[in-house]
Amino acid sequence: MIIEAKQLRKYFTIAKGQIVHAVDDVSVGIQEHEVLGLVGESGSGKTTFGKTLIGLHDKTAGEVIYKGRVLPAHYKAEDFKNQAREIQIIFQDPYSSLNPRMTIGEIIAEGIVIRDQCSLASVRDRVVYWLERVGLHSDHLSRYPHEFSGGQRQRVGIARALIVEPKLLVCDEPISALDVSVQAQVVKLLDELKSSMGLSMLFIAHDLSMVRYISDRMAVMYLGSLIELGSADAVYFAPKHPYTQLLVKSNPEPDPEYERQRSDALIQGEILSPINLKPSCRFAGRCPLVQARCLEERPLLREVAPGHLVACHLV
Amino acid sequence: MTSVNQYALEVNNLAVEFTTYGGTVKAVRDVSFKLRKGTTLAIVGESGCGKSVTVQSLMGLIPMPPGKITSGSALLDGEEILGLKTERLNQYRGKRLGMIFQDAMSALNPTMTIGNQIAETLIVHRAMDKKTAWVEVLELLALTQISEPARRARQYPFEFSGGMLQRVMIAMSLACKPDVLIADEPTTALDVTIQAQILNLLRNLQEKQGLSIILITHDLGVVARMAHDVAVMYAGQIVETGSVDDIFYRSSHPYTVGLKEAMPSNKTVEQELRVIAGSPPDLFAPPEGCGFYARCMYAMKVCEKNSPPIFGNHHGARCWLHHANAPAHILQQSLKDPTN
Ligand SMILES: Nc1ncnc2c1ncn2[C@@H]1O[C@H](COP(=O)(O)OP(=O)(O)OP(=O)(O)O)[C@@H](O)[C@H]1O
Ligand SMILES: Nc1ncnc2c1ncn2[C@@H]1O[C@H](COP(=O)(O)OP(=O)(O)OP(=O)(O)O)[C@@H](O)[C@H]1O
Ligand code: SF4
Ligand code: SF4
Ligand SMILES: [Mg+2]
Ligand SMILES: [Mg+2]
Repeated sequence: MIIEAKQLRKYFTIAKGQIVHAVDDVSVGIQEHEVLGLVGESGSGKTTFGKTLIGLHDKTAGEVIYKGRVLPAHYKAEDFKNQAREIQIIFQDPYSSLNPRMTIGEIIAEGIVIRDQCSLASVRDRVVYWLERVGLHSDHLSRYPHEFSGGQRQRVGIARALIVEPKLLVCDEPISALDVSVQAQVVKLLDELKSSMGLSMLFIAHDLSMVRYISDRMAVMYLGSLIELGSADAVYFAPKHPYTQLLVKSNPEPDPEYERQRSDALIQGEILSPINLKPSCRFAGRCPLVQARCLEERPLLREVAPGHLVACHLV
Repeated sequence: MTSVNQYALEVNNLAVEFTTYGGTVKAVRDVSFKLRKGTTLAIVGESGCGKSVTVQSLMGLIPMPPGKITSGSALLDGEEILGLKTERLNQYRGKRLGMIFQDAMSALNPTMTIGNQIAETLIVHRAMDKKTAWVEVLELLALTQISEPARRARQYPFEFSGGMLQRVMIAMSLACKPDVLIADEPTTALDVTIQAQILNLLRNLQEKQGLSIILITHDLGVVARMAHDVAVMYAGQIVETGSVDDIFYRSSHPYTVGLKEAMPSNKTVEQELRVIAGSPPDLFAPPEGCGFYARCMYAMKVCEKNSPPIFGNHHGARCWLHHANAPAHILQQSLKDPTN
């Protein structure tokens, strides 16, 4: 394991007595050279998990172990600096995460300039190398972010993160803000970089269909909890948790004839509020298989087949 | 045919520009489409290709300046609605032509209960008194499958999930019984299980009330599920139109083909993801010729400097490959001729 979260929790207090259980007891690790896909609907806690994992949020409880060492519960400026060599993040929004006053060259070089205390000129070659590596050109160096499309900016974000040659990369929905035709480009690029650099990655997304191409294993999150974890193919093609099954089944297929034949087994009900959750199955309100027990006892993530973990009383 | 007009909405040669400090953005260029009564027309295309601007001009929502509708006409059941004065605009906007937005949260007033917001619409637009309005509010919430309408109506937007808020938006736009509903990416922010509920709701409403729907999305899966007809947009223009089957099974424009291939499918175990190389053109200086030229694997000499017209009628494609003199083998291999 390169990094491992153990019973990690992150709660936000939004008002007196109102606690958001954004990440609620999540245990999962990422192997060396592995891509772990993390999927779940909006608000299920994916970003909070990614940020808490690498110290961008203080931990409410639990711990994170990186290469055998326990990471601090609360980071100091020093901790971030040391960690930046090894761990990098690509943020969800390619529009707001690049400083509009810096040139593309300055943005990409920033990490190594700060780390090695060197001049921008001395690292120019490496910046150009990375620009080209992500499919941009050296004459883009002196341009500003607003001159680029979303897909190009996301590439700048990738170059900026990878130039320090990290071991672990957290990608927070690196494709959601991009055009359909550009999404596939970025996924392919990350996949190539993963193989050539031996990166380990946490790849966050809100639907499974694109992530499965890049992930070795996939984790599904629902209201702050992991509800299924297994090889990408197993989770995608043979999901075991009722929610994952519905997630895969509900995905609209780009095929009108197939859609016309679809039998409409829709789920009813609403997603629970993440505030002040009770000890029940998080999916109970919408689950077609719900039983009395599900309302009283929160199912734990258990191994139901080798390497395949599911949190459901019935599986 | 029961009514005079076959079309709920007919848009012809619409062009919209924005004047910015960086120059003029030609956001929509010569867009024409027809929405058949009681059906759904999907408008698909990449981010920034002009989908929202197209429908915003119908709703009179383009800020002018910087925006300007430079040409075109839009007939709502035969009646011109482009360029109307605010007063006349208000007579159809919201009433005959309703709209739901991508971001439901920001379209609602955070300080007012859900029930009161819908009631207000009813009081203003349908001249109801408070009591009747409240009864109608509860009916609308029930119609859009909000459980416990009486309790929910007294809650505030932040107490609702994203999927429920989107249903509230639908309830609100239905309050005035529109003939045409424009839904701009109504499910993009939602998980697919909630998306399925919303799409189903829209389809039921269409069946029950004969609603005509314009659905904007970039998800071809949503198009396949919902649309009767489709308009594919690229760089401010419609590049292909036709029935949903024309678009999926007889794709005639290289961009449509690329879009279809880049869309991951759940059914196949295929490991390779296909991509369209390059990125969309800059709308400040739209290319002289075909908008897709820089990314098109079939590009010919003629395409660089000459903008292609739409070839075909019910099923049309804006691509020189369908010109009588174009090399026939490409058509046979991968594209379908819309004129056949
Ligand atoms: N700083 C914060 N203060 C209070 N609540 C927060 C904060 N950050 C996140 N939350 C809440 O925590 C929950 C999880 O949010 P998070 O952003 O992690 O979800 P996500 O899965 O990344 O969603 P998305 O797909 O929309 O990015 C949500 O209910 C959110 O409102
Ligand atoms: N108020 C405005 N001022 C200047 N340019 C604008 C304005 N509104 C839209 N545009 C430009 O018009 C073009 C079309 O935008 P539009 O919002 O219609 O795209 P879209 O197809 O809806 O994209 P998305 O899928 O991202 O919603 C874009 O290039 C955009 O930058
Ligand atoms: S534990 Fe019960 S409610 Fe939860 S997913 Fe399993 S069957 Fe459904
Ligand atoms: S007109 Fe030419 S460049 Fe444009 S899509 Fe057709 S073949 Fe490609
Ligand atoms: Mg997030
Ligand atoms: Mg839009």
